Amino acid sequence: MYQLTGVTKRYRRGKDTVDALRGIDLAIADGDQLVIQGPTGGGKSTLLQMLGGLDRPTNGSVLLDGTDLARLGETRLTRVRAQQIGFIFQSFNLIPTLTAQENVETALVPLGVHPGQRRQQAAEALESVGLGERLSHLPSELSGGQQQRVAIARALVKQPKVLLADEPTGNLDEATRDDIMSLLEGLWRDRGLTFVIVTHDSAIAKRAPRLATIRKGTLTVRESTPS
Amino acid sequence: MFFTYLRRELRRRRKAALVVALGLALGIGLVITVDSVSSGMDQAQGKVLKSLYGLGTDMTVTKAASAASATTRPQFNFNANSSGSSQSSDRVLVQGFQTLASSTATEVGAQPHVAKAVGGLNLQVLKINGTFTQGQFQPGQGSGQGSSQGGPGGGQSPQGQVRGGGAQFDANSYSVYGVDVSDLTLGPLSSSKITSGAGLTAADAKAADAVVDASYAKQNKIAVGSQLTIKGTKFKVVGISTADSGDAAADVYLPLSRAQTLADAKDKITTVYVKASDSQQISAVKSAIQKDVPGTTVTTSADLASTVSGSLSTASSLASNVGRWLSIAVLIAAFLVAGLLTSSAVSRRVREFGTLKALGWKSGRVTRQVMGEALVNGLIGGALGIALGLAGAYAVTAISPTLTAQLGGGGSAPGGGGPGGFGGGARQAAARTVDIALTAPVSVATIVLAVLLALGGGLIAGTFGGWRASRLRPADALRRVE
Ligand SMILES: Nc1ncnc2c1ncn2[C@@H]1O[C@H](COP(=O)(O)OP(=O)(O)OP(=O)(O)O)[C@@H](O)[C@H]1O
Ligand SMILES: [Mg+2]
Repeated sequence: MYQLTGVTKRYRRGKDTVDALRGIDLAIADGDQLVIQGPTGGGKSTLLQMLGGLDRPTNGSVLLDGTDLARLGETRLTRVRAQQIGFIFQSFNLIPTLTAQENVETALVPLGVHPGQRRQQAAEALESVGLGERLSHLPSELSGGQQQRVAIARALVKQPKVLLADEPTGNLDEATRDDIMSLLEGLWRDRGLTFVIVTHDSAIAKRAPRLATIRKGTLTVRESTPS
Repeated sequence: MFFTYLRRELRRRRKAALVVALGLALGIGLVITVDSVSSGMDQAQGKVLKSLYGLGTDMTVTKAASAASATTRPQFNFNANSSGSSQSSDRVLVQGFQTLASSTATEVGAQPHVAKAVGGLNLQVLKINGTFTQGQFQPGQGSGQGSSQGGPGGGQSPQGQVRGGGAQFDANSYSVYGVDVSDLTLGPLSSSKITSGAGLTAADAKAADAVVDASYAKQNKIAVGSQLTIKGTKFKVVGISTADSGDAAADVYLPLSRAQTLADAKDKITTVYVKASDSQQISAVKSAIQKDVPGTTVTTSADLASTVSGSLSTASSLASNVGRWLSIAVLIAAFLVAGLLTSSAVSRRVREFGTLKALGWKSGRVTRQVMGEALVNGLIGGALGIALGLAGAYAVTAISPTLTAQLGGGGSAPGGGGPGGFGGGARQAAARTVDIALTAPVSVATIVLAVLLALGGGLIAGTFGGWRASRLRPADALRRVE
């Protein structure tokens, strides 16, 4: 699925430069799960952005099914994001003025889905994350866990190949955290997604089949056979 | 999704929308008010000019002032022997003592872009009556009859009592205008309405008929059917006219040929009233007449307007200068504020728009959304602004402050003797004052302008915000901004 070779990312801010990624080589197979850990500022989010086509690396290539995202034009990269990648954020990133259902629909807008069908699919996606009763609620009327469920529904409604999650439980309390994690793991298993998750949760890290750690832009991967 | 999103944003972020809209509303409201006030000023000036000229007159043609105008002082011949008996004598003078040939009207009419040219004769009648007891007569109050330009304000007929040695006289002066009855649509009488009796008609060309201005008629107890004797000729008053502006051009209107006979000015006129075929051509017509009809002075409404002084012209220039600049400045400020507010609203929604881009929304779609919101804000601002502007214009009309207009520069015309520009046109007034209540009419064009400004303001704000939004990257979805 993914093949990263020599990926570097250098941020420039005036005269200062930050090397967020320093030559990352990484392969992720179809349907795999990869857990990424590391200290703050290590480059986890930056790597996830490279995988999700949200930004381009300074050097190196990011092949997704043989297409190099690093060299794709903006229009085609936008299409890749719209069709193949589901992104989940730490702070949910729902549109505050739109209802749960409309928020989920925003993922289908760039695909040109007919409005009626769009609403239908959004309702079904919310149903599948246990929010069938909350279609017309605004984000502010939902709990943190519920908001993240809406975000998960939004990421999955378009049936992407890849699900990327950047600390999806970072803003949640412990009980909710487990809820969301088991929901995500269930979805990963059921749908055969390629799933990359950044997390500080040591419980998840422990049972992860593959664990990557980024420190100062350098990646080390620990393979383990789950017990 | 576009409209759903737009509606939700405007409903749930009402305050932000209202701030942008109010800024625009202020600017647009001011533009409407200033615009309507200044068109009210134009109307007021138009009224002032109309009172001099009559309806539809674009310019007048008079004889060019010559340096040594043959000012023949009027002489009165009384029978000095018939002591103690009552006597009366009229002197009929051509106003300004300068005349043009009747054919001038035809010549002027033949110029290109002239729709119509009508001649008229302005006369001044001095009536002296009283008893004479062997003595010496001193005419008038010194300059009373001498220079018509030097006379006091022309509103009322000046009356001077003259006492000679043993003589007691009343000097009474009034103005007569000889009307070309073949065309009554142009010239001084056209700005008056016949309020009783009948007007002069083409059939009256040779008739001894007269129309008398209402205020003069009232003063002298003249009614329809009365008889008027001017220099021994009896005229029948067929109608009473009332000037639209409340300030008549003459006291008595006679058929042109009759007026010419009275003044011994056969085939002479004092003024040609000209209507151009196209208001854009006025200055072209003016120069054509000056070139082709030598010895004439052409005075356009614009020339005349430049001689208007007093609070009207002060207010008018205030409205057209200060008001216009102020409203332009406020408008630009409002546009900028709307743009900056929209742009800063986008800054506060960096993560929202970044997220949409991360979801695969094209930049253009996000920009369009921002643009749409700004345009709706602009339209709301326009609606509020129109309401504000109408309220402002209504307030001005309700208060209707009185402005005074002084015409002819308050008798500052040097030389005195000549017909001093337009002065040769109407009555002898060198300076006359007209009171006009200011209104602020709001035209459809002003409303259209307001709507266009609202759209323009929305577009500018949308461009600011849209530009900002278009530069956001999908990675901004992960930005920590709060
Ligand atoms: N847009 C940017 N401009 C400049 N520097 C950046 C930018 N984004 C990230 N960085 C820098 O790159 C480095 C890696 O950042 P990144 O967000 O990937 O870290 P992280 O591992 O996700 O940290 P955290 O656990 O706090 O989320 C940091 O030093 C950060 O300051
Ligand atoms: Mg991070």
